Amino acid sequence: MKNENLYKYILGIADNSLILGQRMGELCGHGPSLETDIACTNISLDLFGQVRSYYQYAAKITGDGRTEDDIAMLRKEREYVNVLLVEQPNRDFAYTIGRQFLFDVYHYMFLAQLQKSHDVTLSAIAAKCIKEVSYHKRFSSDWIKRLGDGTQESRAKMQDAINGLWTYTDELFHMTDADTAMIKEGISVDVSTLKENYYQQVKSILEEAILEVPESKWFQKGGKQGIHTEHLGYLLSDLQYMQRTYPNMEW
Amino acid sequence: MSEEQIKNLEEQFEARIARDEKIEPKDWMPEKYRKTHIRQMSQHAHSEIVGMLPEGNWITRAPSLRRKVALLAKVQDEAGHGLYLYSACETLGISRDELYEQLHTGKAKYSSIFNYPTVTWADMGAIGWLVDGAAIINQVPLCNTSFGPYARAMIRVCKEESFHQRQGYEIMIKLASGTPEQKEMAQDALNRWWWPSLMMLGPTDAESIHTEQSMKWKLKRKSNDDLRQQFIDQTVPQADLIGLTVPDANLKWNEETGHYDFGEIDWDEFWQVVKGHGPCNKERMNARVGAWERGEWVRDAAMAHAEKKQNRKDKQAV
Repeated sequence: MKNENLYKYILGIADNSLILGQRMGELCGHGPSLETDIACTNISLDLFGQVRSYYQYAAKITGDGRTEDDIAMLRKEREYVNVLLVEQPNRDFAYTIGRQFLFDVYHYMFLAQLQKSHDVTLSAIAAKCIKEVSYHKRFSSDWIKRLGDGTQESRAKMQDAINGLWTYTDELFHMTDADTAMIKEGISVDVSTLKENYYQQVKSILEEAILEVPESKWFQKGGKQGIHTEHLGYLLSDLQYMQRTYPNMEW
Repeated sequence: MSEEQIKNLEEQFEARIARDEKIEPKDWMPEKYRKTHIRQMSQHAHSEIVGMLPEGNWITRAPSLRRKVALLAKVQDEAGHGLYLYSACETLGISRDELYEQLHTGKAKYSSIFNYPTVTWADMGAIGWLVDGAAIINQVPLCNTSFGPYARAMIRVCKEESFHQRQGYEIMIKLASGTPEQKEMAQDALNRWWWPSLMMLGPTDAESIHTEQSMKWKLKRKSNDDLRQQFIDQTVPQADLIGLTVPDANLKWNEETGHYDFGEIDWDEFWQVVKGHGPCNKERMNARVGAWERGEWVRDAAMAHAEKKQNRKDKQAV
């Protein structure tokens, strides 16, 4: 493939939205209230919309007739390069919100930079996505504050979720080979530079929510290299079920 | 208020409805009108919410990204309809929590069709095409019903439902023109959803207890049997067009009446499902009650936070 690094770079962005969208989609019809149900479904819908734009572009780059669905649904587990954070399961609403919040703060900062990419397609996709993501960030931040400040029970649950998910945050700022290669062409975002600002923003919202900022310095990594937690395989068996069971059909 | 005064109000009220005027929440209305509307509108809202479950079942497994996005949007529309209808219902002096309570305790009903399982992807097509198709036939006349908030809600709901119906039919077209395996999947879904969809339009006129009063209040403008006939007449040619067979050996075009004759509906099955013994009644209720119970701490937290926020604001103002 001529543009292999660009292809890989796009997957590095899009896989996060794909897997998080799938997680949010699991909740449809099961939310704590009708309003949160609609909001979570809507976030899922936004993320899948974004995924389609990225994968359609990636499919074009391969030039071998691959489709967005081939890329989304027919790769092997080790070929998905999303961060570990987004594949974490919906243990309860606090985990769902915690995962969303920790990703949204990053996602927004990332898209703000991607808009400046020299790749006009990526920059256009970023400009469209950032509007949606600014809403996601507001939604998840507001819920962090509600649950942190709400009742003793909600604070304990929210704190537990933040503590549990914290270990997956550092990976967001790891550079992959494709990232590094694309920086030279002015296409990619140097995510390592977003780290300081990210933790500042996250801390400020957690403090506002009267939650403690975890002090642990032990972080997990591997998603960007395709080494995932055990949760991803199950998610993929749902995601890929139809394409695997009924290969080469139009839907 | 004296009996005579009430009688007078009732007469004026019925005359307004006869003149096709809309009744608004703050207007005087007979208690029975209020109760009947709470019953019907909440039943409708509950159907939207429970109806999210059989389709939500396929969101994580949709066969393509395009289908996944469309299905998510559709189920989200249903949640929106539920929200809209609960709000319209609240204008009659009952809270959403009370309505949920009625659903969760089994006091309130929802459409029985959602007690059938969605076992293959083709069921997403069949539900859109047949179930939403039948729902539209039920709901279009309600756009002119006498209670203003319900009529206005229905206008919006029907627009979206008609989009869902086309989307469902489009899924079926694609399957029916696909591989033999896909066509078989589509036919199997039609076989399983056809009869329950006919039942969805309600018991036969002879057994329908609410029809007469509902007709008067324009809550119903056609009888169940008329609506069912309309649905069959409309849907059979659509099945023919894509080469699927309606699973009714007695289905035949009748030149004389200008309608399709059709076979006997299994009303025992209908009543079995209505009475709570369908294939998924328990699963649906467990899912709804479970979501509500698991969400309790979240709703409590939101209320507590809102209260604290208000207190802090009040203190600042002092």
